[in-house]
Amino acid sequence: MAKPFLSVEQLTQQFPDGAGGTLTVFEKATFGVEKGEFVCILGHSGCGKSTIMNILAGLAEPTSGVVKMDGYEVSGPSLDRGVVFQNYSLLPWLSALKNVTFGVSARYKDWSKPQVEKHARKYLSMVGLDGDVVHRKPSQLSGGMRQRVSIARAFANQPKLLLLDEPFGALDALTRGTIQEELVKVWSQTEQTVFMITHDIDEAILLADRILLMTNGPLARVAESVDITIPRPRNRTEIVEHPNYYAIRNHLVQFLGQRSKDLAGQAADGSEHRPETVHIDKTTEHQTAPAEVAPVVPPLRAVND
Amino acid sequence: MIGKYDLRSTMLSVLILVVGLLIWHVTTFVPDTGPIAVDLSPEQQEALLSQNMAADDIAYYASQGVAFPQLDQIAGLGLSREMIDMAGGIQALGISVPDENSAPAPGSLFPSPAQIGTELWATITDPFYVAGTNDMGYGIQIGYSLLRVLIGYTLAAAVAIPLGFLIGMSPLAYKALDPYIQVLKPISPLAWMPIALFTIGDSELSSIFVIFICSVWPMLTNTAFGVASVRGDWINVARTHELSTIKTALTVILPAAAPTIITGMRISIGIAWLVIVAAEMLVGGTGIGYVVWNEWNGLRLDRMIVAILLIGVMGMLLDAAFARLQRAVAYVE
Repeated sequence: MAKPFLSVEQLTQQFPDGAGGTLTVFEKATFGVEKGEFVCILGHSGCGKSTIMNILAGLAEPTSGVVKMDGYEVSGPSLDRGVVFQNYSLLPWLSALKNVTFGVSARYKDWSKPQVEKHARKYLSMVGLDGDVVHRKPSQLSGGMRQRVSIARAFANQPKLLLLDEPFGALDALTRGTIQEELVKVWSQTEQTVFMITHDIDEAILLADRILLMTNGPLARVAESVDITIPRPRNRTEIVEHPNYYAIRNHLVQFLGQRSKDLAGQAADGSEHRPETVHIDKTTEHQTAPAEVAPVVPPLRAVND
Repeated sequence: MIGKYDLRSTMLSVLILVVGLLIWHVTTFVPDTGPIAVDLSPEQQEALLSQNMAADDIAYYASQGVAFPQLDQIAGLGLSREMIDMAGGIQALGISVPDENSAPAPGSLFPSPAQIGTELWATITDPFYVAGTNDMGYGIQIGYSLLRVLIGYTLAAAVAIPLGFLIGMSPLAYKALDPYIQVLKPISPLAWMPIALFTIGDSELSSIFVIFICSVWPMLTNTAFGVASVRGDWINVARTHELSTIKTALTVILPAAAPTIITGMRISIGIAWLVIVAAEMLVGGTGIGYVVWNEWNGLRLDRMIVAILLIGVMGMLLDAAFARLQRAVAYVE
């Protein structure tokens, strides 16, 4: 089997626990992401999602294990891996446009100024920011607009891999919906490989090709890889009608509600932790969903313990 | 809203000024009563006339407060009033008027607002005259002070800001240099003066050194603090964009820390302007601080007060310039 585009191999992260010992966040996590794929990672707080993200971004060093992208080992941050931070991380003294050109001119050093600006404006208009709005400072923009600028900045750099760290976590539900659609639009136009952290099951189903499920920490692991068998283009009002939607959703809810706890804290017995592939498809007769996936009634507050 | 407050605050300011000037005027006002005339008895009058003193002269000197014993002396000289005036007046001839009868000074020794106003006007209308080493226009003297401040301050900024960047970016440098900063910072700038005079020798360079040493600390500590507290997210943005250290420092850290750095620079220029006056009093020669001391020694309180007023105005202008700079680099998170 050929190596995937992004290959995470035997990744282990340990921190000192403050009492002289070590705290293992996750151990020997192994998974891959294909080129052009949109992958979401779901898990409870503290399971090490953000740590994985920081390692992929090159902002943090794993205790052991390697991340390979396009066959090369990841070491340190790179323009090939764009990051959209949860708190936008726009530079507040620069206008929205300048925040994007800041990135573009770092990526394409030999471009002329008008070329850089044209490119930046193109990506800003992709996320729905046109006209005079782009000359506003981040403080004069709403939270949703700021995150749009942040997404435009990341996409404009055309990185090989785009990392999104809970990009919609701080936004209200309505704004979130709009920007999710814009994100999918931009993604489909650019054919980026996207790796995204989220807490939101519906968001993950709407956006992702595949969802990685993490068990609770410490000693968390990427336990399952769930294929989202709902054809694109997806629409938030229509996907709920799709026969696979609730099947997948129930599986995710059940995992996060119960099995993430049951599977937690299992030390790796020397072998690597590779996620089990789950393929749920009600539209075809042969489904390869694991036997333990029992039809569950969706609890009202599934994600909360 | 703001316009309304502007008007009212301006009116209040003017009112405070008027009241202040009024109090000043009243406390320094002494009515010009003139000398207290002496009443001569007919016998005394007779005695003076008998010594061939003119009646007009007797009446004049009596009105100037000259008492009988002195009038008797004048009569004894046998000189007319014209001749006495030609000789330089009665004081010149060794005849003194009793203190209690002499004219009080026109106003108190402390200058009145009107006198200050006149002197201020003279200074403003001719700020750059040169009439000798100790008599130059205040414009020139302020120029000397400003030049010293500017040189010392610029040198301080050239040292403090890069060093502050280093300390702010490197915890190692911070820990290594912190004890020195903590010990050197609280030393009064003027305490450096003897060391400077001894080692540098030249008084001009010594005062520049004192300005340097007092300007360095606020800029250094503020720059270090500003740089160290730049948000990690912004540094991560720079890192994910593969910016070099220099580029990160210039395009991310500098604008992020600029408000804090400018605040330090503003504090520094204020201290530098405070210190230059004291330093110039010590070393003498030129400068507005020296002027204050020189006018005090010459008991020209009116000119001294004008100089003090100008020190205040200049300090205000320097501060306003940095306030403007501060607004230019400010940002809202």
